Order: sequence, then C-alpha cells, then structure tokens
Amino acid sequence: MPKINLNRVLMPRQDPKLRARNFNEVALGYSAQQAQAEASRCIQCPKHSCIDGCPVEVDIPAFIKAMRDGDMPEAVRILKDKNSLPGICGRVCPQETQCEANCVLAKKGAPIAIGRLERYVADWERAHMQSMNSPVAQPAPTGKRVAVVGSGPAGLTMAADLAKLGHSVTIFEALHVAGGVLMYGIPEFRLPKDIVQAEVEYVTSLGVELQLDSVVGKVMTIDELLNNGYNAVFLGTGAGLPMFLNIPGENLNGIYSANEFLTRVNLMKAYRFPEYDTPVKLGRKVAVIGGGNVAMDSARCALRLGADEVYIVYRRSEVELPARREEVENAVEEGIQFKLLTNPKRFLGNEQNWVVGMECYQMELGEPDESGRRRPIAIPGSEFIIDVDVVIVALGTRPNPLITSTTEGLETTKWGTVVADEATGKTVKDKVWAGGDIVTGAATVISAMGSGKRAATDIDEYLRG
Amino acid sequence: MYKVLLKQDLVPNIHLFKVAAPAVAKKAQPGQFVVIRIDEIGERIPLTIADWDGKKGSVTIVFMEVGTTTHRLALLKAGDFIADFIGPLGLPTHIEKFGTVVCVAGGFAVATIMPIARAMKKAGNKVISIMGARNKDLIFWEDELGSVSDQLIVTTDDGSYARKGLVTEPLKELLEGNKKIDRVIAIGPSIMMKFCAKTTQPFGVKTIVSLNPIMVDGTGMCGCCRVSVGGVTKFACVDGPDFDGYQVDWDLLFARQRIYLDEEKLSFERWQSQQDILS
Repeated sequence: MPKINLNRVLMPRQDPKLRARNFNEVALGYSAQQAQAEASRCIQCPKHSCIDGCPVEVDIPAFIKAMRDGDMPEAVRILKDKNSLPGICGRVCPQETQCEANCVLAKKGAPIAIGRLERYVADWERAHMQSMNSPVAQPAPTGKRVAVVGSGPAGLTMAADLAKLGHSVTIFEALHVAGGVLMYGIPEFRLPKDIVQAEVEYVTSLGVELQLDSVVGKVMTIDELLNNGYNAVFLGTGAGLPMFLNIPGENLNGIYSANEFLTRVNLMKAYRFPEYDTPVKLGRKVAVIGGGNVAMDSARCALRLGADEVYIVYRRSEVELPARREEVENAVEEGIQFKLLTNPKRFLGNEQNWVVGMECYQMELGEPDESGRRRPIAIPGSEFIIDVDVVIVALGTRPNPLITSTTEGLETTKWGTVVADEATGKTVKDKVWAGGDIVTGAATVISAMGSGKRAATDIDEYLRG
Repeated sequence: MYKVLLKQDLVPNIHLFKVAAPAVAKKAQPGQFVVIRIDEIGERIPLTIADWDGKKGSVTIVFMEVGTTTHRLALLKAGDFIADFIGPLGLPTHIEKFGTVVCVAGGFAVATIMPIARAMKKAGNKVISIMGARNKDLIFWEDELGSVSDQLIVTTDDGSYARKGLVTEPLKELLEGNKKIDRVIAIGPSIMMKFCAKTTQPFGVKTIVSLNPIMVDGTGMCGCCRVSVGGVTKFACVDGPDFDGYQVDWDLLFARQRIYLDEEKLSFERWQSQQDILS
C-alpha cells in the first residue's frame, strides 16, 4: 500500500499584483496531472464522512475514485447525479467547513482538496462533453407543474431535481439573466459568469422553462400561479434587501450598498464602462464596511477598478471576520488594508453632497453577546476620521418583502424571513415551499442548494401523493 | 425580447413606443413604471407607463432623448426589439374620490399624468389639469389630456403658445380661487415638482409627487434610488415613486440625480462620435 500523502497539491493562482488589476479568475484550477495526483491521495476510507459534510450528499469518494481510474465521464455522472451546479460549487462552497472538514486525512494533515477536484471535473465536462451532447434520459412526464420563484442556487437546484423526476418546471426570475446572486453578487474573478450560464443551460436542458424579467409579487402573485395550473410553488428569492447603518450622512453621493456596487460591476459589467453603458464610481480611497464574503468581494472589485487604497472596516477583530479564510488571505495578498475594531459613527460630505470622510470609533471587545461572539464596544473619545471618496456598506441583507407582502397565509419572522420546515422546506401555506436565504437569511450557496434539494424531494412526494 | 409595435415621434425629441408586453399590460396601474434594457450592453433605466391595453397586450412608454440610453432607444423603429421590459414596478398612484384634483404635468410628464388624470376622473373627481412646456414645439397630447379633464390649462415658459409662464402660476391661482382643491398631483422635472409642492404648502393641500431618482434593478434590491421622505430613507422603486411632496428632501434628490454626470457625459460623447463615424 502506498504511503499516505498528507500534503495537498497546490492550485495555481494568478499573481496577486497582476490580478489586483484585472477581473480574470484568480484561481486557475488544476492541470490533469495535478488533479490526478490530488485524487490519488484519497485513501477511499470506509467511513465516507465527507459525504455527511455535503449539504447535497455528493458521493465524493466515488467521483474521486472514477477520476483516479481515469474515467472522467463517470466522475461527471456521479457528481451531477446529486449536484447540478458543480462548476459553481467547486469555486464558491466553503469546503473547509463542510466535506473537507470531515476528511479523515484532516486529523493528520491536509484533507483532500475536494472542492478543487469538483471544480476540475466540472471544467473537464464543459471542455469535453458538450460536443458529445450526451442526451439526458427523459423521465416519464408526471403531468404536474411546479413554479419556482427565483433562479439562484436554491431555485436552480430545486428545478433541476424536479425536472429529473419528470415534473414540468417553470422558473420565474426578476432580473434579465438567471443565476441570482451567482450573477449579480459574486464577482467574475471568483466565479466566471460563463460558468454560471453553462450550468443554467444544463438546468434548462433538463426541460426546465425559464421566464426572465418576471417580478413575482408585481406581474403575478403566488396565488395567481396556483390558480393558473401550477400544482406547487417554491420560493427561492433569496435575501436581496440591503441593510444600511442608519447613521448620519449615509445618503451622500459615493455611498453604495454592496448590492448596488456589485450589481453594477458584475451584472451590468460596469468594469467595462463605457463599452457597457452602466457606470460605477471609481474611488481613489474606498472603505468597505463589514467583514463577510460580500465585503471581501466588494473590496477586491474596488481595487480592480483602480482604487489606490481599499479598506475593510470591521467592528470586531480578525478572528471574528465572518468571511472565508481563503478570501481574507486573497484580499490581504492583493493589498486590501484591514481596519479592524473600527466602526463608523457618521459620514462627512462636501457641498456637492459627495462623501469625503468617515468618522469612526475605535472599538474594543467586551463580553460575548447572544451570537457567542464578543460584543464590540466603542471606546469613548476615540473618534478619528478616515478620508474616503467611495464607501460600500456590506452589512448583510434581508429577504425582499415583495413576495411576503403580496401573499396571504405565509408566516414570516421579525427578520422578514419565511418560516419553513427545515427538513422539507414546507411553509404553512398550502402548496407552497421555500428554501435558501429567504428562509435562513443570508447564508451560503451550498446551503441554499441543500434546501432546494430537500424541498424537491418533499414536493415530489406531495405531487405523487 | 419585447417587440416595438408602434413608434410615434410626439415632438422631435420625445417619442412614444407601444411595446408588446402582455404580462405587464395585464397588471399595469396608473403611476407605475417599467425598467427597460435595450440590449446586452445597455443599462437598466426606469420609464413611466403612459398607457396600456390588457386585451391587446401592449404597454405604451414615452421618453425624451437625454443621455446615451434614451438616444439609443430613439433609434429603434416599429418591428425592432427591446431586450428587457420589466414591470409593472412601484406602487400605483392612490386613486379615490377626493373631490377636486389638480393634475400638474411638466414637460413630457404629460404622458405620465394621463392615466392618473383618467383614473381620477373615473373615480368621480373633478379633474383640473395643468400642462407646461418650454415652448410650443414641445407641446403634445393637449387634446388627450383635455379629454380626461374638466378643465385644462396650458402654459409655455416663453409664451410661444397658450399662457406664458410656469405651471406654478395657474396652480397658485386655483388654490387662491373660490373652489376647494382637495388634492394635487405634480409630475415632471424634480425642480418643477419641488416648486409645485412649495406653491401648495401654504394652502395645506396634499400634494403627491412622483420621484425619478437613478435606479438599477427597480425591485428594492440595490438602494440606488434612496430618497429621504419625512426624515426617513425610502427606496423610490418599491416605497414609491409617489410621495408626499412636503416631506421630500429635494436637495438630496437633486444631488443624487447628479452622481454620474461625468460618466453620463463621457458615455454620451463616446456614443455621439460612434454615430458620426457610422453616418
């Protein structure tokens, strides 16, 4: 038996100095040899605990074994059996806290780089199998119709799973492209948009119908969908309502919600203005408020747009940063400056209403609060001013009330999320399920996909009644 | 894709499109708007709905050539397609029987006020409309607005047609007159709406304005269109576009409408030079 290799194969990345000025993908992916070497590290242990860490239950050891055996089409088949969006998940899933955290090798050394292998398989398929055009086995139609509201990770997963079971599925998307946060939120350099669109096309190749430009809650209501022949409705509209700080000066010119900034840059391609018509303000000194993945994405976009200095302004300390470690490291490498234990008090503007500065408190950490993290407390008299010309507020999002305010019989929480059974996604309203951020509040792509998958199982059972 | 069924040049730089959008047409109400995107490289801009036909599945928009997008839009002809046409967005104008309602339209907002005046009339109100333009060449839909109003007053800034002056002057006279005015709806350029609200405020007549800040998605997702109303931040796209004119922070609205002046200029000059090369 070969000796166990405790070191994972590194994945090549663009040089930090170079990538800080372009929107090309940062991580370059494994070569065939690198993928083979990493796949060969998997000891095919009998525990399969990695699968327990996967919200969509991909048979990880099996697809890795197929890779090792050189049977890439089989690896693709196994992966896509459970995961319709592998190119996306291979890039943006927090594997380090999920499948990889459960890998037996993690006890002794580096766990198998499952995310990188998943990405490799997905990219291999896009490069090799599209021409083969492997026909998807058409299931027997059940004659049941399901409406999916929102085409983000929850909706796409849910739609794909139900289509595979023979149901007729229509996705209603408010924006002009499908993908939700995968298109408007996560930047090109972390998740190329042609990969998202390729995986959306896979979902539509299963027979899922896509209706873009359709704002449910405005152009039609949930009850109208149910009255117009849909047997079930799934709400996967995410958490799209930006939160602001509610401090003085927040409406000054140059202050964006992260949603607006990222939508302009990613969805509307403002980084290619004026070739594309949508502009975005290019700051010299940009402050991003918040410490999550969205804050990192915003900061790294601002840098790529040409800012001289970009700050992450976060009220707690480094250990509490909610962003993925990998993204924090990427940001640091690229030159993003971290102003930790710092919290804005108010924004300062000039006569033309443009933001010019931000008055901040220095913070210290007190006793743990209800979230279990130590509560940040402003140090009296510690105020200082940071010069800025663009500010991006990345404090998180809540569900958009467009649907809940136009639908009778849904139960919502004080945070505006929809109450749904965790195991099935069933809401208290007849024939209506929900999953993803609209239920959990802002979370991860894969947790949304997991909830879509569970709801698909439950809806299928209901439809077959 | 949404087909342009009919194009009409109302005046040289203000155009009407009738667009095939059955789902929008079925749900449209007075005061609502659509967001359009011309093509792949286009930006998303809001345009108010001027009319709709639920049976025929068409929605009418009226726009003025101002920047790159509206100039590009004006190049389309009947039979061409608009990539995206999303709506109906925003809250509808509150319509009920108030008594006497004055509808004030500045510039091409006469198209926006048409369905509101018509609905107010249908609800049993006495409708007095005031429409103002810079000069007589910019006047359109005088007969149309007249047909849904009990009284119509037309003004031009330069006196080249009808009454010389601004819309606020006849508005003030109506308020001072012996007939009770129960509500005012003022739609047009922001500065005109501000002064309409200033005109009516001493008389305490509720004055509704339709705000037009910069928008991106138009569904409450980005907060680009935030306005301050009564000291509270609102998103015009979902909380409006109609607001109480007395409560609006006008200076903030004006400032936020100017955020992209430099970029708009750059984009437009680039577009113009491309057109020069093409012609």
